[in-house]
Amino acid sequence: MSAAEDVVTEAPAVEAVPKRAMTLGLGTSLVVLAALCLAPLFVKNFIIFQMTMLLIYALAVLALNILTGGSGQFSLGQSAFYAVGAYTSAILMEHANMNYALTLPIAGVICFAFGFIFGQPALRLSGVYLALATFALATAMPQLLKLGFFEHWTGGVQGLVVTKPDAPFGLPMSQDMWLYYFTLAVSIGIYIASVNLLKSRSGRAFMAIRDNEIAASAMGVDVALYKTLAFGVSAGITGVAGGLGAIAVQFVAPDGYTITLAISLFLGMVVGGVGWLPGSIVGSAFIIFVPNIAEGISKGLSGAVFGVLLFLVIFLVPHGARQVAMIAQGLIAKLKN
Amino acid sequence: MTQAQLAQGNAPLLAVRDVSVVFGGIIALNGVSFDMHKGAILGLIGPNGAGKTTLFNCLSRLYQPSSGDILMEGASILKRPPHRIAEIGIGRTFQNVALFPNLSVLDNVRVGTHARTSSDIISDSLRLAWVRRGEADTNRKVHEILAYLDLESVAHTVVSGLPFGTQKRVELARALAADPKILLLDEPAGGLNHEEVYVLGDLIRRIRDERHMTVLLVEHHMGLVMSIADHVVALNFGRKLAEGTPAQVQADPDVIKAYLGSKDQ
Repeated sequence: MSAAEDVVTEAPAVEAVPKRAMTLGLGTSLVVLAALCLAPLFVKNFIIFQMTMLLIYALAVLALNILTGGSGQFSLGQSAFYAVGAYTSAILMEHANMNYALTLPIAGVICFAFGFIFGQPALRLSGVYLALATFALATAMPQLLKLGFFEHWTGGVQGLVVTKPDAPFGLPMSQDMWLYYFTLAVSIGIYIASVNLLKSRSGRAFMAIRDNEIAASAMGVDVALYKTLAFGVSAGITGVAGGLGAIAVQFVAPDGYTITLAISLFLGMVVGGVGWLPGSIVGSAFIIFVPNIAEGISKGLSGAVFGVLLFLVIFLVPHGARQVAMIAQGLIAKLKN
Repeated sequence: MTQAQLAQGNAPLLAVRDVSVVFGGIIALNGVSFDMHKGAILGLIGPNGAGKTTLFNCLSRLYQPSSGDILMEGASILKRPPHRIAEIGIGRTFQNVALFPNLSVLDNVRVGTHARTSSDIISDSLRLAWVRRGEADTNRKVHEILAYLDLESVAHTVVSGLPFGTQKRVELARALAADPKILLLDEPAGGLNHEEVYVLGDLIRRIRDERHMTVLLVEHHMGLVMSIADHVVALNFGRKLAEGTPAQVQADPDVIKAYLGSKDQ
């Protein structure tokens, strides 16, 4: 058909998006990995702790990215899944004396189930309505955790104190550094699994649903199943992040997991670039460090300064870190020529 | 397929039996019946609002008929949810192109294989050996179809930027990827220019002959239907007006009246 020749001869109608648009190239990935491995050797414990939190929030942003960027569903309820993961780890460690590493898969599975079940009613909602339903979940969670009925396990309003693990095998490193490398290993594992998932048949089903539900269904995609699976996967990863967060902060309390956290994660996703997984760490850096920078600029008006910075980012690079990466890629290609 | 072959009386691949669809008080389809035989190209024609797309949507299970039945190889399809239609060999394209706009041509066609493959999220996340083998098979098949439809050069392009004619071919490729026995084409010529329509007709016939498919063609473009269909069913106001070879239907006074108004005007 003549249309095909048009495409070949004319300039491409859109920039040809490379095959691995959702991820980074191998070279860039290795550089980032090396930086993440070496950085803690040169900084103080407090910075190492912040880097651990950076990875943990990056995981939570990544989870939201799979849900929104992958399957096209909104969630303002990620803080609830994060809370369930955090409490699962904390309760298992403090009440059942379980090893901290073993609590994470359990937190993941429980949150997967929680997300999968929550995904059922969410099937009837889409767009802003789904965002509102998940918002309700996020606002309800801190109160549920304070309920007297659960107080024996959750510690009620007081929360629970979690013991920080030592480095195993007598490794000569601080608790903070050990926890950082542990978190890094978990994060890399989850990142690779997420990339695999999104590039697989299941991931294509998610994206098909995001783009056109009726067509996806005509191709044999069980829309209800894959939508709830996306919720489950997202909640499961968020739960692991929550568990890691509880171990790193050494404390869980209901008011640590309010709607503010869910909105921060949402912000992180947008700043990192919706649907671009490597952007998750950039988004995480934004929600951890930019409030501090804002406070450095003006103590009294830190919120306003943060707002201005956020506005600038959204105005200048609406597609977030993904756009910056693409611009950089273009510049490098130009320099090479 | 010739009339003689059709008359041999082998069981129809798809049988539409007395199907009616009522929306509120409006009767969109009123007791429509016809058979589709293996290897035939059946043209479904009719003026706007005749019920063509309604019937089409019954076949792909987007609408539930109020009465009647649709049998695929003798078994009713009406108890199947929409996502379990592809697996019994019914594939479709959409009137206004319903691709996945943010995915590449390659990924769009890969989604087409969904009904013919299996996986679960854990194996997919871990890229287990059987998942990798399945993906390799999928890729081989998808590339074969892309080459068949002359889409290799745009394989990695995101579909939303492609010209309409190319998008229609991508949709056809996606439908072929599910190995359908019956291909439902909803106005494939819509939006194409004269030359493209001609090429499309050839392509549909080639697909029928080389890939052994049965085609249901819903089409406004009379020239296309009359040149490639073996059998034509004409609908008007939800009823079957005429059925037969293209020549028979074209000569049917009721059909002429439906399209042009009565003869003595």
